[in-house]
Amino acid sequence: MARLNRETLVDWYRQMVLTREFEETCYQLYTEKRITGVYLHLYSGQEALGTGAIANMEIGKDHIITAYRDHGIALCLGMDPKNIMAEMMGRVDGSSGGKGGSMHLASRKHNFWGGYAIVGGHLPLAAGIALEAQYNETGAFVISFVGDGASNNGYFHESLNLAGVWDLPVIWIIVNNGFGMGTATDRAAGNVNLHERAIGYGIKDMGRVDGQDILAVYEKVNEAAQHVWSGKGSVLIEAITYRYRGHGVSDKQYDSAFAEELAEWKENKDPIVLFRRHLEDKYKDISGELDDIVAEQKKIVEEAVEFAENSPFPDTEEQLYANVYVE
Amino acid sequence: MAARNLPMREALRLALLEEMHRDERVFVMGEEVGVWQGTHRVTRGFIEEFGEKRVRDTPISEMVIGGAAVGAAMAGLRPVAEFMTINFAFLALDALINHAAKIHYMFDGMFTVPAVFRAATGWGDQATATHSHMPEPIFAHFPGMYVCSPSNSADAYGMLKASIRDDNPILFTESIGLYSHPGPMPEDESGDYVLPIGKGNVVQEGTDVSIFTYARGVEWAKRAARTLSEDGVSVEIVDLRWLRPLDTDIIFESFRKTNRAVIVEESLPMYSFGSELAAQIQEHCFDYMDAPIKRVSAADVPLPYSKYLELMALPDADKVVAAVKEII
Ligand SMILES: Cc1ncc(C[n+]2csc(CCOP(=O)(O)OP(=O)(O)O)c2C)c(N)n1
Ligand SMILES: [Mg+2]
Repeated sequence: MARLNRETLVDWYRQMVLTREFEETCYQLYTEKRITGVYLHLYSGQEALGTGAIANMEIGKDHIITAYRDHGIALCLGMDPKNIMAEMMGRVDGSSGGKGGSMHLASRKHNFWGGYAIVGGHLPLAAGIALEAQYNETGAFVISFVGDGASNNGYFHESLNLAGVWDLPVIWIIVNNGFGMGTATDRAAGNVNLHERAIGYGIKDMGRVDGQDILAVYEKVNEAAQHVWSGKGSVLIEAITYRYRGHGVSDKQYDSAFAEELAEWKENKDPIVLFRRHLEDKYKDISGELDDIVAEQKKIVEEAVEFAENSPFPDTEEQLYANVYVE
Repeated sequence: MAARNLPMREALRLALLEEMHRDERVFVMGEEVGVWQGTHRVTRGFIEEFGEKRVRDTPISEMVIGGAAVGAAMAGLRPVAEFMTINFAFLALDALINHAAKIHYMFDGMFTVPAVFRAATGWGDQATATHSHMPEPIFAHFPGMYVCSPSNSADAYGMLKASIRDDNPILFTESIGLYSHPGPMPEDESGDYVLPIGKGNVVQEGTDVSIFTYARGVEWAKRAARTLSEDGVSVEIVDLRWLRPLDTDIIFESFRKTNRAVIVEESLPMYSFGSELAAQIQEHCFDYMDAPIKRVSAADVPLPYSKYLELMALPDADKVVAAVKEII
């Protein structure tokens, strides 16, 4: 378990700033057509969730899996922003060789089993990965993020039920950002207290957590990890958060209806602003250090863009057919 | 008076709108069809016009979208269920294949399933492996459900009306790449322009080679035909429109005239539209064959994200030209 000393907290701040900077740069690059395609779902606004949850992982031992809104997860795990950016641009140096793109980041080294684009599709995979941990008694757990929207399809119900029956070591975290595309949570769920679904599957209902408060997220997931380690099986957490850049960059039209709501979140519940305030209260001399961190992350992202744009596109038959099967 | 031009999405919208006005039992359900105005804008304005009773936003739950449409149809409604894209209809395969396509037969005609399952289909724009399919042949494999995909606005309009009025379950797919394509609408503005189910269309007559295709393939075929005509090759283009029922008459008649065939499909090559047509042609027109039948399909890979790899993997007009030249 990470100790919450100054160094740790500052590193969390760094991760969140890196993610925000990376995401906002992606947005810009997309408008300039330097990142192409139709799908780009940004993590801006949700940084505290990824960072605070991942802070509980022993990287390389514990496991993590998520949906397509995956950049923030990859960055917090410590994947190189250069390879992530190259993946956004479909280059050979991308983390998936340019074959996966924005929605399909992954890293074997980090036990990051990938971002998945079929809503709910990764949830049974999480159960299977947890089965391996249980089977081989590795002592590892799996963090599986679940969209609020994703919590309504069969994949969710079957996966959590199986996790309940087999006591699989999964920390299921519902990322309730208020919407699945344009559908508000309460128009899609019969019971909007999504965490209560745990009861139906016989797994631990850990209630809600403020997803904008990194310390709260960290504590909650830590408590979850204790439960899982004790061999009692899965837990379900519902984190309340918000997406700053709408569903995806090509689905903007609807979001204008929520401009006020968005402004309110940015103004009062921004995870980075809140955490910075916390750090500045706690450590009176820290502002300069934090400013330096911001400047550094900007530079890291700039370098990632330069690296990515200098990486060639895959364009041969050999590359096209490589890895359809294990050779 | 010249017929008006509409993009395919508007043609579909108009057909659906008119059918909903014509028949109270028709309603739409699916993800984002209401408040969000439809992911592809086919149901734009519908929730305002018909209200939540007949324009039903669903959770992201394809299994129940498919299955509930089957049940509602059995009980007497006429659902038009939308899958945001065909890729997500995979989650409803069981409802479509084991129930929609079987129920009428399994109960020996006792029940009917007059449901239309609409889905955006096709690939391009770097949607990546799991969002890049044109899998109509999978669905057409099973008897009991019809499967179609229009290539232009007028057909989209007439085929959707036909589908809604028919008593069979129908998978109606719509090429994403065609939604914005403008095309002339039918002269018939009575509201009853209904195309016959299972009838293909000779888009262009020719004498040297037949190109059999559907949906976006028609566009590629037309472009290829223009290029080939410069070399004096006369191309006949047949748009099948329906994968089931398959218009074998139109296929055989065309082939018996040209004696050569290229089959163009946006989907994968194995166990496909192309393999089916090639098999039928050789079985029924063997004596008329002057050359091997060629197929132009997507590359046999899960579709990659990176843009040049994606372009390499997809069929296009140049690939159609090359295939024709191989057998001419
Ligand atoms: C099975 C399936 N159905 C529909 C879609 C289209 N789709 C992509 S993301 C999305 C919304 C998901 O919302 P949520 O789970 O809340 O995640 P968020 O985008 O808010 O992170 C939808 C409907 C899909 N990708 N897969
Ligand atoms: Mg959501």
